[in-house]
Amino acid sequence: MSDTTQTGPVLAADGTPLKRSLARALRMQKIRALMLIAPLLLFVLLTFILPIADMLFRSVENSIVPDNLPRTVVALQDWDANSGEIPDEAVFTALAADLKIAAEAKIHTRIGSRLNYEKPGISSLFRKAGRRVKKWDIEADGPFTEQFIKIGKGWGDPEVWRTIKTYSGTYTNGYFLNAADMQKGPDGAEWRPENEQIYFTLFKRTMFMSLVITVSCIVLAYPVAWILANLPARTANLLMILVLLPFWTSLLVRTSAWKVMLQQQGVINEVLVWLGLVADDSRLQLINNQTGTIIAMTHILLPFMILPMYSVMQTINPTYLRAAKSLGATNWTAFWWVYIPQSVPGIGAGSILVFILSIGYYITPELVGGTKGVFISNRIAFHISTSLNWGLAAALGTILLAVVLLLYWAYDKIVGIDNVKLG
Amino acid sequence: MKLKTLTALAATTALVAPMAMAADMADEMTIVSWGGAYSASQKNAYHDPYSANTGVKIINDESSAEAVAKLRAMNEAGNVTWDVVDVVAADAMRLCDEGLAMEIDPDTQLAAAPDGTSAADDFGDLLVSECFIPQIVYSTTFGYRTDMVGDTPPESVCAIFDLDAYPGKRSLQKRPIDNVEWALYCDGVAKEDIYDTLSTPEGVDQALAKLDTIKDNVVWWTAGAETPQLLADGEVVMGSTYNGRLFSAIAEQNQPIGMLWDMQSFDLDGWIIPAGLSEERKARALDYIMFATDTQRLADQAKYISYGPARKSSAPLVGKHAELGIDMAPHMPTDPANAGNVHIYDYEWWADNRDDLDAKFQAWLAK
Amino acid sequence: MADGANSAAFVEFERVQKSYDGENLVVKDLNLSMPKGEFLTMLGPSGSGKTTCLMMLAGFETATHGDIRLGGTSINNIPPHKRGIGMVFQNYALFPHMTIAENLSFPLEVRKMGKSTREEKVQRALDMVEMGAFGGRRPSQLSGGQQQRIALARALVFEPELVLMDEPLGALDKQLREKMQFEITHLAHRLGITVVYVTHDQTEALTMSDRVAVFDDGRIQQLAPPDKLYEEPQNSFVAQFIGENNTLEGTVKEIKDGIALVQLDDGELIDCKPVNVSQPGERTRVSIRPERVEYNKGRLQEGAHTLKAEVLEFIYMGDIFRTRLRVAGNDEFIIKTRNAPDVERLVPGQQIEIGWLPEDCRALDA
Repeated sequence: MSDTTQTGPVLAADGTPLKRSLARALRMQKIRALMLIAPLLLFVLLTFILPIADMLFRSVENSIVPDNLPRTVVALQDWDANSGEIPDEAVFTALAADLKIAAEAKIHTRIGSRLNYEKPGISSLFRKAGRRVKKWDIEADGPFTEQFIKIGKGWGDPEVWRTIKTYSGTYTNGYFLNAADMQKGPDGAEWRPENEQIYFTLFKRTMFMSLVITVSCIVLAYPVAWILANLPARTANLLMILVLLPFWTSLLVRTSAWKVMLQQQGVINEVLVWLGLVADDSRLQLINNQTGTIIAMTHILLPFMILPMYSVMQTINPTYLRAAKSLGATNWTAFWWVYIPQSVPGIGAGSILVFILSIGYYITPELVGGTKGVFISNRIAFHISTSLNWGLAAALGTILLAVVLLLYWAYDKIVGIDNVKLG
Repeated sequence: MKLKTLTALAATTALVAPMAMAADMADEMTIVSWGGAYSASQKNAYHDPYSANTGVKIINDESSAEAVAKLRAMNEAGNVTWDVVDVVAADAMRLCDEGLAMEIDPDTQLAAAPDGTSAADDFGDLLVSECFIPQIVYSTTFGYRTDMVGDTPPESVCAIFDLDAYPGKRSLQKRPIDNVEWALYCDGVAKEDIYDTLSTPEGVDQALAKLDTIKDNVVWWTAGAETPQLLADGEVVMGSTYNGRLFSAIAEQNQPIGMLWDMQSFDLDGWIIPAGLSEERKARALDYIMFATDTQRLADQAKYISYGPARKSSAPLVGKHAELGIDMAPHMPTDPANAGNVHIYDYEWWADNRDDLDAKFQAWLAK
Repeated sequence: MADGANSAAFVEFERVQKSYDGENLVVKDLNLSMPKGEFLTMLGPSGSGKTTCLMMLAGFETATHGDIRLGGTSINNIPPHKRGIGMVFQNYALFPHMTIAENLSFPLEVRKMGKSTREEKVQRALDMVEMGAFGGRRPSQLSGGQQQRIALARALVFEPELVLMDEPLGALDKQLREKMQFEITHLAHRLGITVVYVTHDQTEALTMSDRVAVFDDGRIQQLAPPDKLYEEPQNSFVAQFIGENNTLEGTVKEIKDGIALVQLDDGELIDCKPVNVSQPGERTRVSIRPERVEYNKGRLQEGAHTLKAEVLEFIYMGDIFRTRLRVAGNDEFIIKTRNAPDVERLVPGQQIEIGWLPEDCRALDA
């Protein structure tokens, strides 16, 4: 930029260095631009980034135990969890002191709820103990060991104490272990008993079914998008309304409509029986299983596949096909070698949309999925709204997020993300 | 912890935003319930008379199904917009444990019976949690298609496990509660031993093994309306649901459905007042509760829906259905003719074991 | 109007009609016959039916009526990919997802040629259009002119006997277009291929073709070599469409000895060659090329009719002078004069007399 004969920085007319002068001139523009997007930035931050950060944090957070049972946590440090014996009186005294404060703040039951996720029964131990401890005088009423065991037999169970000790840190990997079908045993992480393993199965099933849904969406959407892209604009716009129509109907209504269609006394089975294709006593099981989920979800997500495909296909000039045919390609060769490769960006965009959406869907699988057709998101929803085990829900959500990012990364490596065109 | 507050605020914005506007409006209160016929019965029996007496406008929110999660979110955000919430007893216990519901003193904060019996005695055992004011007794019980069972309508709950006598699908709620108890009962465990058996891993295995015998023939439901619909469509031969749902399918819609009251599982539904309300709102909520749970009001609700009033003193006052004009007493789960053999649900046990058993139940379902 | 069918005809259209909507004919009764090795251009305004004809020949449109023959056999029912016709498209239609070499290899691959043959032919075709080093690039990395060459090479690489070009130079700038016109003609003649070329640019048509078919309103208005087309237009449309042209309107007075006496609308009489008129009383449109008009009396033939004219504008263009006149009420009468020392430079307002040879003045349809 500077003249070769000149040394030092280039100066503006008023003598300030040109760089600074330019930066000052641009700063106003930048600030103005920032002000314009500030509402959006704030919105994204508040509704997107922060909830994700919160989720990541919750999946490891465990401060309720050390914050509210500080004396007990310290006293338990000297106790050997594998000794098979309950801790000594010092620990019980510490617990009594902690619980008295916690019970007055009405927080003892929350500690109980937290620990109950790890060991059933602790909830009621804390509830009952809290009620009683409030009346105790910590200085005068000791020793407490026997009194605690009298309130609840569980206080005499070393396993209860081991659970408290294990989950006494401010942070825990317990939720993640649980989300991976594992638990903290006496010797560190171990698999859960087989009759409690579920999440790995659900993750696998979620991935597999999302893949099947994505593929069936591709298969169904491709011809539709092709027809739309090759029709005159007026007709295409009209038909596009039909494609979008499902969007204007409530999700629940659409899903319920599928129930009416698919159940054993439903429309499809009735027609098949009437046609004689299926015997009356062996009607097809089309709902409350994976088939139901796949059919209903494919229907619901189809527009997300059609729209990007359509917008990409619209840009494919029909002369490419003509060119290919003039060069000697049959209809099929021209389509396969010339048309499909050019529509790949649309397929890619649609697939990513459909796959990621279906991974996170839970209403439809819940309604039509029966037992074999539910997704991991159903369990996340369950832990959020029913079991209130938000830590576990957050851990499952974090794993799901990681898996999606991993797949996205893999897609970028294999297909290339610049090959995705959303419109 | 600043970050935590901020993120919690953000995380809960989405959940509570729609209700935020209603907060702290003068002479307005937001009451949360289940919607449908149940909310309508509450409006007729409680809300309308209360509004007429006091001039307080009542806003109905149909969020009871997510009440626990939403209350927790509101509590974390420090902005509770609900004044009174209708929840099942188990949720009330959970909310109480979590510190999300206010403790109630029945003797000072609830109305005594007309004959002077204290509220504590009038409600009796039904006061299962310090935070819970019982409203109705409902039951989860079975309905069956009268035209699909031949000449031998089922009389025992164990009919659901009898595929030979009653072939076809049955619908059960997609949760372990009730189902495992019925399974053990029908597997020969004495009623009083059910929870002791369930407390052992072997007992759980036994219950699941019994359920396994009909697993391929079960349609699992999550919403109470599903079983009546499945029965009406002929998709299932019998299924469990709330007795009020079956009542409306039978009495109001004349579906060919029969009631199977055997081993009906009693449960309670009632009110809680969220913790952390301002003094003014708390006073108003308590005033409403005092009114809405008195003897006459509870009896009034039974005119509109077939759930039994939670007060002993209300039972004699139960009259006829407001529209159909039929006697409501025989349709109450608490009616002696129906309550011959009932299953008493152990709240304490389930509060402790719910998560653990649910994990096992879900793993079993997924197998 | 078209040449009669002859036995050596390579491409033939016989009474071909095309309608898209069943109501209007886009192509009306087209007859055309061209021998092997000819470079024929279809020229015409948009909507005249020329592209439709090309597409019917390529097989992308089917004729509503009539017969199209290639090498003597009817191709009406042969699908495009079996016709063996090379085609260059207006937007080049190079496959964006393939490299240049893959693009060129495509027609060979679908013909199931071996890899080594393919590579050799592709290289030869690339060399032919002087793009030998570009095989590994993608179409989007090439300039318009380069893409044009590749499109040409791709249409030629499988050695078709007939190549169709649909306004292939439309997207190029003027200089490049002229260069490419030259190259395409040379290549076509060198390879001895038959070319049907569609354009709406008359200069392109005149400079490149052996024969030009002028299209209008779904018909071939005239099919002739460029010089004849310019000098002997058969009707008003062709006269107007090809080159610059002056038009005067009038009525035929008499036709005698191959000369038509035409009375212009302002009453003056002129001699013309009757082309499209047959009897006195007919309305006619008289066409005179600007460079055939003389105003230097010494150059006019004895006894030739002259007309009075007023100079409106004089433009010095270097090699020629271009003068705008008012003649017989027509303000847009243009004459072109070669710049020579003995030529008078006119001034606006000047009154002159103009004239021309009767054979340069063609009495056409009105």
